This record gives sequence, structure tokens and C-alpha cells, in this order.
Amino acid sequence: MATVTLSVDGESHTLEVDADMPLLYALRDDLGKNNPRFGCGLAQCGACTVLIDGTPVRSCVLPVTAVNGEITTLNGLGSEAEPHPVQQAFIDEQVPFCGYCTNGWVMYSVAMLENNPEVTDAEMRRQFAGLKCRCGSHTAILRAVKKAADTMKV
Amino acid sequence: MTAMPVSRRNVLKGSGGLFVSFLLPESVLSQPGRLPSPLNRRLSPSQLDTYLSIDANGVITAFFGKTDMGQGVDVAIAQIVAEELDAALDQVQIIMGDSALCVNQGGASGSTAIESGARPLRNAAAQARQVLLELAAEALQVDSATLEITDGQVHVAGDSSRRVGFGDLIGNSHFDVTLDWNGAIGNGLNVTGQANPKTTDQYKLVGQSAPRRELPAIIFGTQEYIVDIKVPGMLHGRIIRPAVAGAAPLSTDTSSIADIPGVQVIHVGDFLGVVAEKEWHAIKASRQLSVQWSQVSGPFPASNDIYDHIRNEPVARESGGGGFGPDVPLDRENLDQQMAQADTVIEAEYEFPFQSHASMGPACAVCDVRNGQATLWTGSQKPHDAQVGVAALLDIPVEDVRSIWVLGPGTYGRNDAGDAALEAALMSRETGRPVRVQGMRHEGSGWDPKGPASIHRVRAGLDVNGNIIAYEFMSKGYSAGDMAAWERSPSDTYVGMLTGWPNATVHRFGTPGDRYEFPEKLQYWQTVCPLLEKASPLRTAHFRDPLGPQIHFASESFIDELAVATGKDPIDLRLEYLQDPRDRGVLEAVRERTNWQSRVPGPEIANAGTTVTGSGVAYTRRGNSVVAVVAEVEVNRTTGRVWPRKFTVVADQGKIINPLWLRRTLEGNIVMATSRTLWEEVTFDSNNVTSVDWVTYPILEMEDAPEEIDIVLIDHDDLPPYGAGEPSTRPVTAAIGNAIYDATGLRIRTAPFTPERIRTLIERGLAADIENASDQSV
Repeated sequence: MATVTLSVDGESHTLEVDADMPLLYALRDDLGKNNPRFGCGLAQCGACTVLIDGTPVRSCVLPVTAVNGEITTLNGLGSEAEPHPVQQAFIDEQVPFCGYCTNGWVMYSVAMLENNPEVTDAEMRRQFAGLKCRCGSHTAILRAVKKAADTMKV
Repeated sequence: MTAMPVSRRNVLKGSGGLFVSFLLPESVLSQPGRLPSPLNRRLSPSQLDTYLSIDANGVITAFFGKTDMGQGVDVAIAQIVAEELDAALDQVQIIMGDSALCVNQGGASGSTAIESGARPLRNAAAQARQVLLELAAEALQVDSATLEITDGQVHVAGDSSRRVGFGDLIGNSHFDVTLDWNGAIGNGLNVTGQANPKTTDQYKLVGQSAPRRELPAIIFGTQEYIVDIKVPGMLHGRIIRPAVAGAAPLSTDTSSIADIPGVQVIHVGDFLGVVAEKEWHAIKASRQLSVQWSQVSGPFPASNDIYDHIRNEPVARESGGGGFGPDVPLDRENLDQQMAQADTVIEAEYEFPFQSHASMGPACAVCDVRNGQATLWTGSQKPHDAQVGVAALLDIPVEDVRSIWVLGPGTYGRNDAGDAALEAALMSRETGRPVRVQGMRHEGSGWDPKGPASIHRVRAGLDVNGNIIAYEFMSKGYSAGDMAAWERSPSDTYVGMLTGWPNATVHRFGTPGDRYEFPEKLQYWQTVCPLLEKASPLRTAHFRDPLGPQIHFASESFIDELAVATGKDPIDLRLEYLQDPRDRGVLEAVRERTNWQSRVPGPEIANAGTTVTGSGVAYTRRGNSVVAVVAEVEVNRTTGRVWPRKFTVVADQGKIINPLWLRRTLEGNIVMATSRTLWEEVTFDSNNVTSVDWVTYPILEMEDAPEEIDIVLIDHDDLPPYGAGEPSTRPVTAAIGNAIYDATGLRIRTAPFTPERIRTLIERGLAADIENASDQSV
């Protein structure tokens, strides 16, 4: 067992955990932060993504004891009153179907556009490599990310 | 108005057979955080208040016995109900898929949510409108004919000061109206009242684009999913599957998991699982537990032999009709005579693999079995079936199980969610605690029921003028669903098969849905027996547009082959044999929209350049929904990559309810079908399925997503709405394959169209060209 302190969406939590447990289970099981979701446990789909100091990380494979930085979940990114431009664009373009994977796409989009809102279509497609959507929302995601990019350029 | 009597259980006998209606046991009613008001309704298909209630604030609740798998069903039903009541859209909330609150309308099923599922709600709402007008006439002391309704307020026409709200009229009571019920339960359920629903020319909300109401919750992270359900005292469960399919656990050595706290092994019959207080401990224990398995020989042929295996297998069932109906004997005589008259006979054979539902999240369910009752939270798209299955497994009355559907990862048919429901029930029964079960990735991809593998042999006889005078379409494959009834019977679930429920393999398949009128036409199918009868990872079950992709890959590729063989334009050829105006309409519209240049399919110059482009067309019907698709593809002749840059889709879905979400639904269908066409194939070795994650079962990556999907909707005020959740799936594989032919001159007859398979096709094509060239030089 190990003692860890996690800072999630601006709140600090100290937990007693198995040292080999991935961050995902600390967030979901111990802290009730449900937006990162289990999809594969293999870092192959992105459904479990959180931002750590702004960088997307697959929480299903990162040992909780290896976390170093401020964790942001989808819920901590914005709200209906103050949406992140990416969240607003995902609503405007009515992106999700079942929405189980949406968390990962939003998180990667945020990191990508905050790094470079001038990203090209080809670069966008490349940077999304390794994210999965089973329902087929890909074309709507591209539309939304371009829309968010336009907002964030200004 | 009188409130319905409250009783714990009412068993009613209806003309459709025994069905059960009940109020909830107190223990279930007190489940935390799940119950909306108002609850004091007796569920009965013939009672108006089974479908609609209005609270004191005027909030209208519609109770819908189907589920919304993310295609905008919630908002479409709300539009329909609000329309009939002249309420505002945001006054209407939909509760769906809860067996205690909604009658069984079949769950998500065959794209029928709007086509059949909305009918009883529309009719009930129309009747409710009449009741509200009568109540208002009494309250306002006027003739009801002088009244109008605006946004849920009944008022005197031309005098909005004399008004009364829905909530004041009926908010403290219930609709006490008996409707005329057609006796059906499930998809076919319908009721009618005395009041007629509106005609389409009166529509204000129906036909308008409306966004989905649940999307903000999804995007801001407040939406509750099935995986988020937590119940006090809940344990986490995991299932342990054998390395060799069909092997049974003989014994376990719990000392192997002694270092993991709070683990209990559940070994019932041949079912093996673990539960723990913490989810991570359950996962670790499921990996670490030492298990002795029975020695069985691998049940499967190597997967590259699967099509030969199907060809060589004895036929289990043959029919010229639908899969669910009785056998329809084949009448070969006229076809054979006509085929014998043909000047030329063209023949081709197509192959389509097993495919996995591969939902984004492996299945999850939570079940709380206690005091002879059970509460189930399930992501299954058929919660009423899960209710019946859980009751059977637990051997308790159906009315003592409450099954609550909670949004989960998309299911696309009978995926692993149906199995998880019963797995959670068994583990809760064994532990006396609520249990949450979730699969791991290898279970979601490897052990879900699969879409069936098949071969399709198509022949056409042509006369001297190239007219098609005889046509034969044969499918041979694994059953479309070798389970009898989703999870209604434990026999059809993984855990049931492992705990002594007799297996019940069902044989069914189908035929193409086109309307080509050939002088002689024979369509039939044959099924073969499952490779492993019990608890197989290759069990087959409905997967989005069951049989649609495989059958129409063959039928619509073959029409393109006939266009090549007869030197005709593929749209012209189709129109030559189609009479129905809606069939012709979609093809004519797609021709116009794409500025289709009339031509025989194939490249103008063979083998020209590294990247070649082409266009392919396909048309299909599914029930009353008609779709034509043109795919424009790029083929890289070096890498074998196929990129469908653009699709043009013309869809005739009857009356359109919500154009925005009809478009989004069609777009999702096209993209998912593209994924299945280009990438998806279940692989296995002799022991087990080997496609068990996103590397071994790849699906579409963003890089290969289409640049544009241009959608044209044909609206009909004179037709009812027809289902849209699946029909545009089925033409996609053939449209892409036909475009590949147009680009390369090479015909692909095996799905998926992976880069490796395309490279092989191109290499063989080049070898054939060299052979032809040397033939000519002789």
C-alpha cells in the first residue's frame, strides 16, 4: 500500500492505495470522478483520458503512485455556464452518439488546440491516432475541432 | 379522475397472453436516486396514464418502452408528444427502459424506435389532449370547441387571459382513460384512442431540427452511465474466461490470491468469477487466481480456412424466406429452365467475416438480489428481456425483478451487455450483496456474441442482348443469431450456458432487401452449425443491421459486376429493373447530386499512377427505408490503403421527425459501416478468438475518416416515419468495393478491404495483366 496525494479539478485528496493500481481506479472508485471511463485498460482507446498539467494521459495504465501534477477531468474543464471552447463546439456540432468515448476526444482536442489552434486537417487526423469511437462520430469531431480552433485563434 | 388503486402486484390477463403489471416493492422504491415522480401508476398497455403523466407544475412525462442508443430518440419522442399536446418541447421529459415505469415496447430493436415505438405515445398524447380540453372547458365554463392550447396552457381562442395550465387541470391526478390496445407486447404494441392525432400539415415541432437534450450532460461530464452506478454495499465482480474456448474450470487455488484483500471466488457449474470490495482487487484477482481447467481440444478451424469450412459444412437449415418464419421451400424449376436458356451466365462468390460488436466499454451491469427480489441496472438495449432472463436465472417471479436501463457504451444489437446482466445477478445471488460486473477489453472484443461469417454465391443468366433473364442469390453461413431470444432466456447467455441451462441453437438467415424485378429470381439461404455449441466466443447475434452488410456487399457488388459484363452504367442498369418510385427516387437523386457521369465501371487507363480514384454506387432497402450511396475513394496502389474521401447519401425514410438527428444518425451509420468494411474481422486460432483488443481488432482511425458525407433527405408528408438507425449501414461495403473497382479495375469479393488484401489484389491483377499480355503476344 502507498499513500498518495492527488490534485483533481482543483481539489486535493490523500488516499491509501495499492502501489500498482492505475490512476483510473483512484479517480473512479475512490474519488467518484466518473468521466474518465474504462475502455480497454491498454492505452488503446482514450476513453480514460485526463489532463495532467495540460497533457493528455491515459489513466488506465498510469500507476497512481507515478502521478505528478494537476489532474483535470472533463468535469473540471468547463461548465454549461463557462464552457471550454472545445466543449461548446462539441455541443454546437452535436458530436456524441453514445458519448462513452467523448471524454478522450475532448481532452485531446483541448491539449492539441491549446498547443496550436492553427493545426491543419492532416495534422489533426494524425494527432488523433489511437483514439477510438465505435459509433462513428469522427466526421462530427473534425467539424467541432475546426470550429473550436476558429474560436481559440481569436 | 380517480387515482389508480395502489397494489404491490397485479397480474392481468390480456388478449396477447399473460403479461404482468405491478407497482414496485417498497425495497425497490427506496433505491437511492433513481426514481422519478410520479410513480403511482399501474402499468397496463391499455391505460393512458401508462404512457403519460403531468405533474402539478405542468411537466409532462412520457414513458417509453424502448431505449435511445444515442441516435436522438429521446428528443424525437419528445417532439412527437409535445406536438400532439401543443406543449413546448422542454415541457416534455422521457423516461425509458425501466421495467417498473415503462411497458415493454421491445427495447432498441430493428430501428423501430420511431417507426413503431412512437405510435402508442403519439396516440396516447392525442387522447390526452382531448381530455385536457374537456377538463379546461369545465374549469373555464366554456365550450371546449372555443379552446386552444399554446405551450401547455389551455385558453379561450383569442383571449389568452382566460386560461388554465395542464398542471392545474390534472397535476394532482392521473389520466383515467382506457385506450384500445392491439394486444401486442414489444415492437408491435400500439394503442388508439377516440381522438385522432394531428395530420402532418398541422405540425409545428415535428419536422423541425432539435438538438439532443442529454448532450450537455455528456460533454460537461455530468451524465451518469451504467459504469457509474454505485449501490451501497456493492462488490466489484470480474469473470474468468478459459484460454481454450469450451474448457471448464475444475478447481481453483485461493492461496494464489491470498495477498489480495477481500476476494471471494464464485464457482457455480462451469462459471468462474471473483468479487472484491475494490474494483482493482477484483481485476488483480481475476488475473492472478490459479485455475485448473479441463483439457479440451481446440474447437475452431484456423480462421483463414473459415470460408472453405462454411462451404464444406453440411447444411443445417435451408429456406427461401425470412429467418424468423417457417421454411420456404426452393422452387428451382423455373429458374433452372430460364438459366439454361441464357446466352451467358455470370457468377461470383463473396466472403464476409465474423465481426465483433466491440463496444467502447466492455459490458457492465449492477444487480442487487435480496429477499427474493432483484434490482438490475443494465446497459442492455432490451431491459425488459434482461428482466425476464434474470428472473428465470434466479427462479423468482418476473414481477419481482426491476430492470433499469442506464445509458452505456453503444451496444449495436445483442452485445455482451445482455450477458453481463445475468452475470451480475448470479454473482449477487451467490454473495448476498449487490454486485457490479464489468468486462475487460479481451471480453468486450473476444467474448461478445458476433455478427456471423458467411459466403454468398450469386449467378445471373443474360440473353444475347445482355438482359438479365434469371437471377440466383444464395447465402451460406452461421446463423444470424444462434440464440433464441436475446437474454430473455438464460440459455442464450454465457452464464446460463455454463450453469446448466440447455443450449438452444436457432438457425436463421435472410435474403437481399432489393426490389429488382428480374424475370426469374431465386433468393435463399443455408445455415451451418456453430463451431462450439456451448458458451462460445463465436456465438452469433444481432449486430447493427443484422446480415445487412454481408448480404448487400454481395448483392450490390454483383449488380456492379453485371454492369461491367453488359457494358452498362451501374445506375442505369439498376433503374432498368426497378419499378417502385421510392427505389428509383433515391438512385435518380444520387445521380443528380453527384453529377454522376454515365459510364461503364472501371478505370479509363489501367494501372495508372500510385493513387487512383473511383466512384461506386449501391442501393438498398431495409423494410420501408430506402437508401442510395455513392462512395468516392482513393486507392494507393503501393500501400493498399483505401480512403473513402466522400460519401453522398440519399435517404428516403418516410416522414422526417428531426432532420438534424436523422442526418447525424445516417452519418454515424456510414462511418461505422466504413470501419466494418475496411478493417473489421474477428480472427481466431484453433483454441480461441485472437482478436481481443483494438490492435488485434482494429476499427476506423481518424486518419481514414471521410472528408465529407453529403446527405440528401427525401421527406414524405404522406408516409409515416421509417426507421433510420440501421438502413444506411448496408449499402456502404458494396459502394466502396464498387468504387475500388472503378479506380483499379479489380474486383474485391472478400471483406474487410484491408491494405494487405488490396495489395494482394493489385499484385494478382498485375500478374494477370502480364499473363494476358503474353497470351496476346503468342
